[in-house]
Amino acid sequence: MNRFVEFQFYLFALLAVVSAILFVTRRNPVPAALWLVNVMFALAGLYVMLDAAFVGAVQVLVYAGAIMVVFVFVVMLLNLGRGEVGDLRALVPRLGAGLVGLALLANLLVAQRTRWPRLAPANAGDNAVAPVAGSLFTEHLVAFELTSVLLLVAVVGAVLLAKRRAAA
Amino acid sequence: MITEALIVSAILFVIGVVGVLTRRNAIILFMCAELMLNAVNLSLVAFSKLHGVTGQVFVIMVMTVAAAEAAVGLAIIISVFRHFGTVDLSNLRTLRG
Repeated sequence: MNRFVEFQFYLFALLAVVSAILFVTRRNPVPAALWLVNVMFALAGLYVMLDAAFVGAVQVLVYAGAIMVVFVFVVMLLNLGRGEVGDLRALVPRLGAGLVGLALLANLLVAQRTRWPRLAPANAGDNAVAPVAGSLFTEHLVAFELTSVLLLVAVVGAVLLAKRRAAA
Repeated sequence: MITEALIVSAILFVIGVVGVLTRRNAIILFMCAELMLNAVNLSLVAFSKLHGVTGQVFVIMVMTVAAAEAAVGLAIIISVFRHFGTVDLSNLRTLRG
């Protein structure tokens, strides 16, 4: 096991757990949502460390990108994000942010100076998507097609539930 | 590394459960449910390192279900807010005896 990969794994694991604890303890929904986005990003890093690069990319796009935006949008729509505005101004959050920044900077420097082992051409040729797609579109094809029905039902249900009543 | 990933997954799941049990804000409750789904996803990815790529396919399915759940759940929260004027769950006591 490469020491650098191991260090990065523990860094992302620590980031995920600390962000999750901060997420649960926030009183205001907006900082809570931002800490949850942090958890999602750390989990994407963990997925990449666990050789699931495609799932990591989808995690960033779908969870951190789409789902959390919907959450923050609803918080803003219902005007729930009031109070404790100066969340990042205190000393302890600044120290924490500085420490995380230093760790990421050290990470970057180590990554720049490490001599990576040359990948075999056969290994560099195959991508991260093909095995997942092969399994998804052959073994789990029925579940995949049912997913489209699920999404349709969810869209119709969401529109119907959030629609304003015409008469009442 | 798989063992550590499972430990992290268990910790994240417990944090999500604690959030669901202690918080009273409906939106934060939903976010805690998302956190629990993410914890399960992490354990599925860790097991897919042992048992092949099926775990990653399951993770994609879970993400789809989570997206659908977030859409419907937030629509319910919006209509609850319209009806009661709050999303604080301790104020919703219509069914309480």
